[in-house]
Amino acid sequence: MHPALSVIFFTTASGAGYGMLAILAVIFGFDMLPVEQSTGIIGLGLAFLLVTSGLLSSTFHLGHPERAWRALTQWRSSWLSREGVLAIATYGPWALLAYIWILNGPIQLAVPAAIASAVLALLTIYCTAMIYRSLTTVHQWCNGWTVMLYVIIGLMSGAVWVGAVLALTGVITGSYMMLCFVSLLIGWRVQRHYWGFIDSTEHPITPQMATGLKGESVRLMEGPHTEENYLMQEMGFKIARKHAQKLRKMVHAFAFGLPLGLMLMGYLIGGPVAAIASVVAALSMSFGLIVSRWLFFAEARHVVTLYYGAQAA
Amino acid sequence: MTTLPASTNKKLGLVIDLDICVGCHACAVNCKEWNTGGHAAPLTDLDPYGPKPIGVWFNRIHTYEVGASETEPSRTVHFPKSCLHCEDAACVTVCPTGASFKRAEDGIVLVHEDKCIGCKLCSWACPYGAREYDADEGVMKKCTLCIDRIYNENMEEVDRVPACVSTCPAGARHYGDLGDPNSAVSKLVVERTGFDLMAEMGYKPTNKYLPPRPRRNTAEKSDMPSEIPALPLTENPILRWIDKALTR
Repeated sequence: MHPALSVIFFTTASGAGYGMLAILAVIFGFDMLPVEQSTGIIGLGLAFLLVTSGLLSSTFHLGHPERAWRALTQWRSSWLSREGVLAIATYGPWALLAYIWILNGPIQLAVPAAIASAVLALLTIYCTAMIYRSLTTVHQWCNGWTVMLYVIIGLMSGAVWVGAVLALTGVITGSYMMLCFVSLLIGWRVQRHYWGFIDSTEHPITPQMATGLKGESVRLMEGPHTEENYLMQEMGFKIARKHAQKLRKMVHAFAFGLPLGLMLMGYLIGGPVAAIASVVAALSMSFGLIVSRWLFFAEARHVVTLYYGAQAA
Repeated sequence: MTTLPASTNKKLGLVIDLDICVGCHACAVNCKEWNTGGHAAPLTDLDPYGPKPIGVWFNRIHTYEVGASETEPSRTVHFPKSCLHCEDAACVTVCPTGASFKRAEDGIVLVHEDKCIGCKLCSWACPYGAREYDADEGVMKKCTLCIDRIYNENMEEVDRVPACVSTCPAGARHYGDLGDPNSAVSKLVVERTGFDLMAEMGYKPTNKYLPPRPRRNTAEKSDMPSEIPALPLTENPILRWIDKALTR
């Protein structure tokens, strides 16, 4: 599938932003860490920046961005519409949480605001994943790992970015760094399982089923035209598959390996080293995750390619 | 509304005969010709005379080579494909804006172009490649089953069929109500054991395909002698003399 940069940025940034919101809400609502007001300003602010810039960028790939509001109407059937509705609904409890945390709003509402923020944030990530999970035309998306990948990676990247914020505001603890370490390990495992799954399986539809032609082989002899068409450009993207193995190594190194090492180093040394390590880990992880999300699109193969000469999808 | 109708009064669609299609592409050309002035007009072409032309087409013809089996020799099959107007149309339910819809009265799948935001998700959801993005207008377009012909009272009744059907010189495309078991198209499907493309995916396409008829394996069963016999000597004395003279 053609990887639109705006969608890659959107899914990565909003995943991290909603992950941050969920974790910050739990930390603040349930008094898990002795956080400062500045932690709220920077943490909720960064999450807001990631989510909102992501949502805006997702409208850039539309043919008619000015009609984007219409996408909120079909939540009964469309996961894309549900995602839009939940993304906007999340801003409600999120604003309340910020009001309580930063502007000393009614503290008795902290727990409900935190729960609502965390639940809506996770549901929004879930809906993003379901947009892809529900497309039976793309085997690499239509499987159980897609939702795991989006939700776990969203929470993991949120946790690591919250770690960077805690470090910058001087309230990070050794146990929080361990939490980041463990979440990176879990994220890495899910990423490896996802790749293992798409490498070892393919779409059950064959060129014989696509065309209904009975024969040992069904080979495309002549395409419908001499030049590329929309379908071939959108669904038949091939560049990344050529470099997939190299790009996967980059993901292993930057999204998981390096941040894990930095977290461990910060945990063992502590002090200002821990703060710097947390921030560098978050930056390295985000770079790696963008490459991983690019591969998520580029390695996906659509069944329509079976009509254009592919022997498997 | 992008939820699908529970049932449709009619199931208007096409029956395409893979045994007859000669691969002339006339249906695709007439489709382009009609629809670039019809409901979804224009069918934009970008860079039409340049090095990389690209344009919107609702109908395409692929040509496949089907490998030989034990009973059949290998053969070439021309394979026209346009929107199959599925009963369970995933392209409709994924639409976030309500621009895509399936009509309850006749089952035709259409796009409200003024509601479409151009997110392309419907084209990802369609396994058949029926949706065509118009990059110039920023909206998705698709086969309308020529709604502006089939209900057009300004046309002679005989012409009220989709452009691709009216133009096919081989009679490989048929149009009718596949929801009515007594219609000519439904009978044709039963008689020729018509099938669904990718039935396994469960979209219940309305359009049906008729399989190529089995073919004789001419290489094995031929009565022709394997060598051409020598010509008998002619009776004509002049020719006999010429033959003799030249053979010497």
